[in-house]
Amino acid sequence: MQNSQRTPGVVPGRLDDATYRSNFDDLHPPLDAHEARVAADRCYFCHDAPCMDACPTAIDIPMFIRQIQSGDPDNAARTIFEQNILGGMCARVCPTETLCEEVCVRQTAEAKPVEIGQLQRYATDQLMAKEGHPFQRAEPTGRRIAVVGAGPAGLACAHRLALKGHSAVIYDARKKAGGLNEFGIAAYKAPNNFAEAEVQWLLGLGGIEIRYGEKLGEGLLLEELQDEYDAVFLGMGLAGVNALRTEGEEHAHVRDAVEFIADLRQATDLSTLPVGRDVVVIGGGMTAVDAAIQSKLLGAENVTMVYRRGRDRLSASTFEQELATAKGVKIVLNAQPVAFNSEDGETVSSVTFAYTEDGATGFKLSEETFTVKADQVFKAIGQSLKGVPGVLETTGGKIVVDAAGRSSISGVWAGGDCASGGDDLTVTAVANGRDAAEDIHAMLTGAAG
Amino acid sequence: MANLASEFVGIKSPNPFWLASAPPTDKEYNVRRAFEAGWGGVVWKTLGSEGPPVVNVSGPRYGAIFGADRRLLGLNNIELITDRPLQQNLREIKTVKRDYPDRAMVVSLMVPCEEEAWKAILPVVEETGADGIELNFGCPHGMAERGMGSAVGQVPEYIEMVTRWCKQNTRMPVIVKLTPNITNVVYPAEAAKRGGADAVSLINTINSITSVDLDAMSPEPMIDGKGTHGGYCGPAVKPIALNMVAEIARHAETAGMPISGIGGVTTWRDAAEFMALGAGNVQVCTAVMTYGFRIVEEMIAGLSNWMDEKGYASVDEVVGRAVPNVTDWQFLNLNYVTKAEIDQEACIKCGRCYAACEDTSHQAILMKEGRVFEVDDSECVACNLCVNVCPVEGCITMRELSKGETDERTGEPVSDYGNWTEHPNNPGASCAAE
Repeated sequence: MQNSQRTPGVVPGRLDDATYRSNFDDLHPPLDAHEARVAADRCYFCHDAPCMDACPTAIDIPMFIRQIQSGDPDNAARTIFEQNILGGMCARVCPTETLCEEVCVRQTAEAKPVEIGQLQRYATDQLMAKEGHPFQRAEPTGRRIAVVGAGPAGLACAHRLALKGHSAVIYDARKKAGGLNEFGIAAYKAPNNFAEAEVQWLLGLGGIEIRYGEKLGEGLLLEELQDEYDAVFLGMGLAGVNALRTEGEEHAHVRDAVEFIADLRQATDLSTLPVGRDVVVIGGGMTAVDAAIQSKLLGAENVTMVYRRGRDRLSASTFEQELATAKGVKIVLNAQPVAFNSEDGETVSSVTFAYTEDGATGFKLSEETFTVKADQVFKAIGQSLKGVPGVLETTGGKIVVDAAGRSSISGVWAGGDCASGGDDLTVTAVANGRDAAEDIHAMLTGAAG
Repeated sequence: MANLASEFVGIKSPNPFWLASAPPTDKEYNVRRAFEAGWGGVVWKTLGSEGPPVVNVSGPRYGAIFGADRRLLGLNNIELITDRPLQQNLREIKTVKRDYPDRAMVVSLMVPCEEEAWKAILPVVEETGADGIELNFGCPHGMAERGMGSAVGQVPEYIEMVTRWCKQNTRMPVIVKLTPNITNVVYPAEAAKRGGADAVSLINTINSITSVDLDAMSPEPMIDGKGTHGGYCGPAVKPIALNMVAEIARHAETAGMPISGIGGVTTWRDAAEFMALGAGNVQVCTAVMTYGFRIVEEMIAGLSNWMDEKGYASVDEVVGRAVPNVTDWQFLNLNYVTKAEIDQEACIKCGRCYAACEDTSHQAILMKEGRVFEVDDSECVACNLCVNVCPVEGCITMRELSKGETDERTGEPVSDYGNWTEHPNNPGASCAAE
């Protein structure tokens, strides 16, 4: 460890090995068997349970918890996977506090919901640790479906199609599958290469092939896929990044947060990752929070997250905000960057912000400004659709789809972050992929019009 | 402060909490600790005849049933009577009684069903200075195979015979401990009374298999791949014990006979319930085997506080107080009508009442928009299942309909007391009416 938290500039090795390890260890250590039984016992097995309704993949939560309680975690996991094949990752990354656990009647009763997420992890971990894949494919149908994107939506879609006996070929722009599970979410939420292991486990079903380095619009053409395959599912997420268009954005060490997070997720040795002493993150969503927290965990001395609107508009959940604050991130609201300053003309040294006003007269900048020291800046103001053929109808920067995931073009479905209607969550992407697969299956077998 | 001092068949103890004859009372060391902790008395673990002591298994003796978070709800044992030499036990009993003269020292006995065997043991027990004896006619495992324990307790004639032998051969009060492994507990109780027993104590343990090891395909506790039935006790058996105590307390032939209540007593409240149903004192075992002797502090403080609140000055004022309200089904008031009422403020909308009523009962709970659950009085038979399955205490209550008020289910107004014996649907009722 040559550097410390106080070393100026963007440098690696600010912490010792043990601190890196503990900083990026499991955010919530898994429940052991006894803890799981006790936690499961708290479930009331509600009639028409609110938690089930709140789950985008409609997992039969009371049933899987009852199965854990009865000492049968394997079947608990099957109950989960039947609805959500990425139930392992969702157990780790779902904002349960705004989904199933928010509506848990024990939240109503005592402000302490059943630990649904943790229980789901307990069950899925148990079954995934066993040999083989829990499901078997139906007899091969000879039908072939192209899936674009090996993220949660594409994987869920391909798995469901393969389960029905169809063959799925997934095209992914990267060299590795998993999408945001692999490149996006915070490292401490899924340590020990869980995302990669989950993909391998999922592929254990058979009938799914992944072709890497294939980017839609760059060599890979939608009309060719339509010709070659019986159906096409688009689940390539949002590859573009929104621009800030602020003066000085070109200075060194001003970069996109998604890139930083992807680098971090792929790093084999965290001590080689450079991070600033004074880091500023711009944005108010999950990406911003993840970048801010992980900068802190990598050893940045000061991390400030700045969002242009008020707390009510902050899309990061209360839990995420509290986590950030607990890790030492400072959250500043109602301020927008007006200039990235540089002392040497090359690298960023500070950011000047203007306070904003978001009232009845609309959103505007105030006269009042302030400057925050910054040797590294991460922009996290949203991602955008990229490489989508113009023939597809879009709205608000997303591919228009109906409830079944059908796009404006016959034979082409879409789901996940690239499609309209989602919440940009892993779990909604899984639901979209799964439901589109069901619709594709119905269409191919003549059960749907 | 209520006076907890107890006098049971002439045996005095500072409180009505005794330890039952069981592993906790097998040795001087344990009993001293119990007395130091505050227990009012003990029934020393069952002694057998002079000679080589019995031998216990060296594998597991206990099996258990658990609730949430491994709360022990029921315990099963296959332990026999004391496996220590008779003389050693007698010496220890004498020493402990000498050192704790204010505590009750009752000795449990189980010897073969021959008068000579009883004649032999009674004087040596008497010589210890013990306050009384308890005849173990209850253990359902092991010793019963040898013609003792519940093998005696299941035959009223034997109970009467042995009790009589004891009464004829000792000045000590004789308490007969009854087995619940019978069809009607009043018959053995009557037999004990005929034999001259000073009191009965009940219940002993219930024949049971707690669980099955599904890999080994053997009952638990498993000894080298096999298991046998054992005696079940602990909180799970309390309802069975309460009923048996009440049956003896209200049965004409046995009413008034002192009863020492045993069976799942875990807290002061359990003790108060046993006493209300006629037990003069209580004996505790599983609770101390689970939590240790200190729980008696809670029992003493709790019973005392409750008695103060209710204005009961002494234990005797509590004993049997609920017995007059124990009746036969045929005398229950069929014109007493209640309806379930759900407190919407307290409701957490789990829907358990709905599932229970809709699936298994009378479809008397309606699920409305926004998960609002309401009782349909025209279907509600007041079964109380919704109250029992509701996780929120006090959320669902049963409202008593006042006289004259119309029961929406029957369309009839609530009328005066009327029971089955006089009900028109009862084929036997007409005779009574004529």
